[in-house]
Amino acid sequence: MDLHLKIWRQKDKQSEGKLVNYDLKGLNSHMSFLEMLDTLNEKLIVEGDEPVEFDHDCREGICGQCGMMINGIAHGPLKNTTTCQLHLRSFKDGETILIEPFRAEAFPVKKDLKVDRSAFDRIISSGGFVSVNTGQAPDATAIPVTHQTAEEAFDSAACIGCGACVATCKNGSAALFTSAKISHMALLPQGKEERNKRVLDMVSQMDTELFGHCSNTEACEVECPQGISVLNIARMNFEYNRALFFNKKGG
Amino acid sequence: MILDSKIPQGPLEQKWAYYKKKAKLVNPANRKKLDVIVVGTGLAGSSIAASLGEMGYNVKAFCFQDSPRRAHSVAAQGGVNAAKNYKNDGDSVYRMFVDTLKGGDFRAREANVYRMAECSLNLIDQAVAQGVPFGREYGGYLNNRSFGGVQVSRTFYARGQTGQQLLLGAYQALMRQVGKGSVQLFSRHEMLDLVTIDGKARGIIVRNLDTGDIERHAAHTVILATGGYGKIYYLSTLAMGCNGSAIWRAHKKGALMASPSWIQVHPTSLPQSGDYQSKLTLMSESLRNDGRIWVPAKQDENRAPNDIPENERDYYLERRYPAFGNLAPRDISSRAAKERIDAGFGIGPLKNAVYLDFSKAIKEQGKDKIKEKYGNLFEMYLKITGYDAYKEPMMISPSAHFSMGGLWVDYELMTTVPGLFALGEANFADHGANRLGANSLLQASVDGYFIAPYTIANYLADEIHTGKISPDAPEFEQAENAVKNQIQDLMNIKGTKTVDYFHKTLGKLLYDYCGLARNEDGLKYAIQEIRKLKQEFYKDVRVSGQGNTMNAELEKAGRVADYFEIGELMCYDALTRNESCGAHFREEYQTPDGEAMRNDAEYQFISAWAWTGENGEPELVKEPLTFEEIQPTVRSYK
Repeated sequence: MDLHLKIWRQKDKQSEGKLVNYDLKGLNSHMSFLEMLDTLNEKLIVEGDEPVEFDHDCREGICGQCGMMINGIAHGPLKNTTTCQLHLRSFKDGETILIEPFRAEAFPVKKDLKVDRSAFDRIISSGGFVSVNTGQAPDATAIPVTHQTAEEAFDSAACIGCGACVATCKNGSAALFTSAKISHMALLPQGKEERNKRVLDMVSQMDTELFGHCSNTEACEVECPQGISVLNIARMNFEYNRALFFNKKGG
Repeated sequence: MILDSKIPQGPLEQKWAYYKKKAKLVNPANRKKLDVIVVGTGLAGSSIAASLGEMGYNVKAFCFQDSPRRAHSVAAQGGVNAAKNYKNDGDSVYRMFVDTLKGGDFRAREANVYRMAECSLNLIDQAVAQGVPFGREYGGYLNNRSFGGVQVSRTFYARGQTGQQLLLGAYQALMRQVGKGSVQLFSRHEMLDLVTIDGKARGIIVRNLDTGDIERHAAHTVILATGGYGKIYYLSTLAMGCNGSAIWRAHKKGALMASPSWIQVHPTSLPQSGDYQSKLTLMSESLRNDGRIWVPAKQDENRAPNDIPENERDYYLERRYPAFGNLAPRDISSRAAKERIDAGFGIGPLKNAVYLDFSKAIKEQGKDKIKEKYGNLFEMYLKITGYDAYKEPMMISPSAHFSMGGLWVDYELMTTVPGLFALGEANFADHGANRLGANSLLQASVDGYFIAPYTIANYLADEIHTGKISPDAPEFEQAENAVKNQIQDLMNIKGTKTVDYFHKTLGKLLYDYCGLARNEDGLKYAIQEIRKLKQEFYKDVRVSGQGNTMNAELEKAGRVADYFEIGELMCYDALTRNESCGAHFREEYQTPDGEAMRNDAEYQFISAWAWTGENGEPELVKEPLTFEEIQPTVRSYK
């Protein structure tokens, strides 16, 4: 199949970017979207041009490193998928595809399609953990968790931190990402001791990183590769209000 | 050179306890005087960086990804082993030790394997305390499933994303320390050289992948937890960025490489569909709990799988290995698939796959139950192939997966360079030739959480009077200049072929001649061809862009330059081992019915290799293996 690509090229954080046109012919529809970009880059290198920089690593939908806007949709048209798991069979022969980086104030562009998502790491660092040191944990069976609770916690813990939720949100909000971690921890007995401090610190860090507020459009859930539910955001709000009510960070 | 494995004295069950009792300690007040570098932030790297940060050392952690949470441990699907015996089916530390040693075809140290089984109990406790949502029974207790090569249920799992959840636990522990300031994080930094001063590891040279800047970092000890080099085959189950450069650069500075040719080939990945393909996606081995593997009974079968009646199917694993059936260990399952494919019974458009069929399990347990157990794997299969595995069997094929070779380490996980430690897949792996499923997450985790915190402290106890290591030392300058020169050399070639062309060509050579099966003529041929390809690379590669900016092509070029040398050593290693053993299958050494023929009389040792210079032949150093607790037996899964 043949494709016309319009790709955002930007030399570095300071430079202005622009869309550049590329044509690719004779592609196999079983190719993944990233393999299509590999093919383009091979062509650019041989022709003496600089290849397009894009983020990727595992290419099996779990590391969360790939991500770009494809025809205005985070990770492209297929629901609940990462860019690496999107294949050309989802496009028509001869189609024009617009490819841009994730756009959000908290995710500055580094080069071409690569963005800086380290804000997510700082949110986790502010409280997205159980404070347990290595080596002397109690026997695992001493902390029973019902099957349903473990499954529910897993549904939240499955977030891959790709940033599609932020990129697709008109406010650039990190509410889905942050709330998924807060829910994961709040549901489990291990995480309950720090629940107040955790939610207050993580929400505060979201603001510091210049993420926008959630206005409940639910676009994040629609574009999330893992199908993380917006109910996590409701839980985060509940946890936040609960923490404010008790007005203490410790317990 | 004589390799000292430093196995502690005493009975097997008490060796680790004895070591811990005798290991030197560092006073909390002195820990902040000691600097530690950790390269890699997967399960082994994150857990050791977090552990040492908690203890009060100054830790710098480096990874090439944009976040430590992306490390390839994230992709491990099936589970992690621990001898908890929660199922009351007769499991124990001793039984896990025996299974693992046997699964590794008796090419591992008894003491190390026993310690791994022993520490497995703590790992599950640690992970649960961190909030890892393992699968649970309805009563609230932890659930288990069984994995290839064992007859008990000792595998703990978090659906098909166990690696992700364990990694997130370790990553969160790491980020907690980053928040506290005890660990400094350097993401998007790649180690390009090891710096040694007076024979000891004292620092690293890294390239900031965002800016292209070359930086020096000094420390009292350097820990490499950089994962494996299976991506050398280009097509593999590994992430695109996985590479062997850090351990290879350390090898060239004096660290011995052990068992480099022992690459585990995983039986259940998706088959290759075309030349453009960049990776082979793994489908968890746990699927073999409910899936039956078969090929058509007649060659060149063109009917759709559901049109082939039961009596015209060959369930070859059940036929050849009735005791273990579809749960036969990875090397056996992979080789059995290759044998059927090579004999003309392969299926799929390229006739390079076998079927993994869930129809019986769906009929017996219902689709919902199968969906609960493996739902995400079925969805992944649908996304990649476009086929619905609830309706027709999956197509699977063997592919390069886990490198059991790596830097040689002693019982303390220290390499032959004092002060340089290697953890997880970066070392040559305790469990030898062909580790069993769900042991790799375990090994990486226990290295980082429970072993290295003791052994590194034991080393650092003698370093408290050393004082700050200066990055201005001439050794740093020399290493930095060498790195800068290499980058300049690669940029200056300005040839006509891309880096990927060379990587793919090397990968195919290795797959054909040093892959699932090898022979003497093929290995000799491969060594010559790799040398020719390397020469061509240095004459004709084209690295676009600049050396001093973000440049993914330059990153790849440096890694492929190292792969030529690693590939050559893999072939040397395979050539010198005249036996078939675990992951290593030399075609000349097999029984009449095609099973591996081990040679304990001559090859019961670990092959460790020393670098002898750019054009020198690698030098083999042997570490003999002795078995006191159990005597090696022929491995039979029939």
